[in-house]
Amino acid sequence: MTKVVAITGNEAVAYALRQIDPDVCAAYPITPQTDLMQRFSSFVSDGLVKTELVLVESEHSALSACVGASAAGGRVVTATSAQGLALMWEILFIASGFRLPIVMPVVNRALSAPINIHCDHSDAMGARDSGWIQLWSENAQEAYDNTIQAFRIAEHMDIRLPVMITYDGFIISHSIERIEYLDDEVVKNFVGEYKHLYPLLDVEKPKSYGPLILTDLYHEVRKAYSEVYKNVPKVVMEVAEEFEKISGRKYGLFESYRLDDAEIGIVILNSAAGTTKDVIDEYREKGVKVGLLKPRLFRPFPYEEVGSALKHLKAVCVLDRADAFGGSFGPLYFDIAASLYKFSDKPLLINLIYGLGGRDYMPEHAAGVIEELKTVAMTGKVEKPKEYIGVRE
Amino acid sequence: MMGYKDEKGLLGWKDIPPGMVILEAGSALKIKTGSWRAAYRPKWIEENCIQCLLCWLYCPDNSIKVRDGKREEFDYEYCKGCGICAFECPGKKGNKAIVMEEEVK
Repeated sequence: MTKVVAITGNEAVAYALRQIDPDVCAAYPITPQTDLMQRFSSFVSDGLVKTELVLVESEHSALSACVGASAAGGRVVTATSAQGLALMWEILFIASGFRLPIVMPVVNRALSAPINIHCDHSDAMGARDSGWIQLWSENAQEAYDNTIQAFRIAEHMDIRLPVMITYDGFIISHSIERIEYLDDEVVKNFVGEYKHLYPLLDVEKPKSYGPLILTDLYHEVRKAYSEVYKNVPKVVMEVAEEFEKISGRKYGLFESYRLDDAEIGIVILNSAAGTTKDVIDEYREKGVKVGLLKPRLFRPFPYEEVGSALKHLKAVCVLDRADAFGGSFGPLYFDIAASLYKFSDKPLLINLIYGLGGRDYMPEHAAGVIEELKTVAMTGKVEKPKEYIGVRE
Repeated sequence: MMGYKDEKGLLGWKDIPPGMVILEAGSALKIKTGSWRAAYRPKWIEENCIQCLLCWLYCPDNSIKVRDGKREEFDYEYCKGCGICAFECPGKKGNKAIVMEEEVK
């Protein structure tokens, strides 16, 4: 029996973590993640989970403790946002390089400076090439569902890699919406018992993590790792199919919305996709053939599948809630451009930057994007390949 | 190296184990690291040794060999000359059982 509740995104993810009951959690508070970990620490204090909660002095230490606990042989979770993720930077690569299946919700928040606590995607985008799998979530339901699926993906023996689940700070983390909880037993059975791979605490079989690998082998190690990521989409789909059986909710590598017969399309991540879909419905009623693609598995990026889903369009706008600082395109744009490059017939592409530092993304913004796409498709010309929207002159 | 060199040579990428975890116990013994050392090296003075094994405990590498519960001569193949053993050595009646000596090249 599922339970329908009205809760925030943080509450939903904390609930999922309670149902999963990981062995170890080392975390440090940072807005807007604080409320998630505060709720989870209440579960620890109330004895609702057996998790060893390690209170540390920084996010660098939090992830370091998680690396230790995961190598020791435990199921491990942490969570962070923005500067916290930035402070974890060094250890992110250690976690993925050791192939440790740590799971980490990242509650998206803008990076400093200027200091800001509200949503954009610069934090997770900054960590997109750290070897972590990234699952992006539109709403509280997806954040809850992705958290449960993340453990299965991370711990799969063909993968053994850490996973980030992202959802928008405040917009999702602190806003109440309707979601469906699965039963505790159903989640426990779905996630299953933790299976070890090379646990340090198995003292009968001594082993070492973290050898020095120099010019003679590092290149081969990286090649081997690059192959592992090819297994990820298949496992993500297998886990999604099983998850559909227990939840009735269908997940893929990305969501396609009214895309098959579309002529113009929008690519957008997380909560703003919801607003955009509403506006697409309005335009569809007016006869405008517009669709949307919302990536879910952002790392590793499913280039083949995304390219095939978009290639028939006349014009595509990639909406980035993060600018790549330093004068290039937004991070999502690069991946969409790369996924389309191999096709001789491909859509014209524009990149619009929206919603930085928590700036609201409103239906009129989506409408403006669709109007611009109509013009691009009609004229066959891109006047401005990259521009900010919703910005005061 | 580190247990990942097969009989014929170095491993190819298809044989890289997950996380490069070394599953062979004590494989560091295969690698001698004593080709360089700080300017000083420890000297063991057996008559001052109470066999407390603090030197064995504190040595960051593998320079102190213990047999039947008693330490033996230093294994300089693994000694970097850090001096921790000499610092920690309680000695006997105020006389250190480990002292650092300038190494003559």
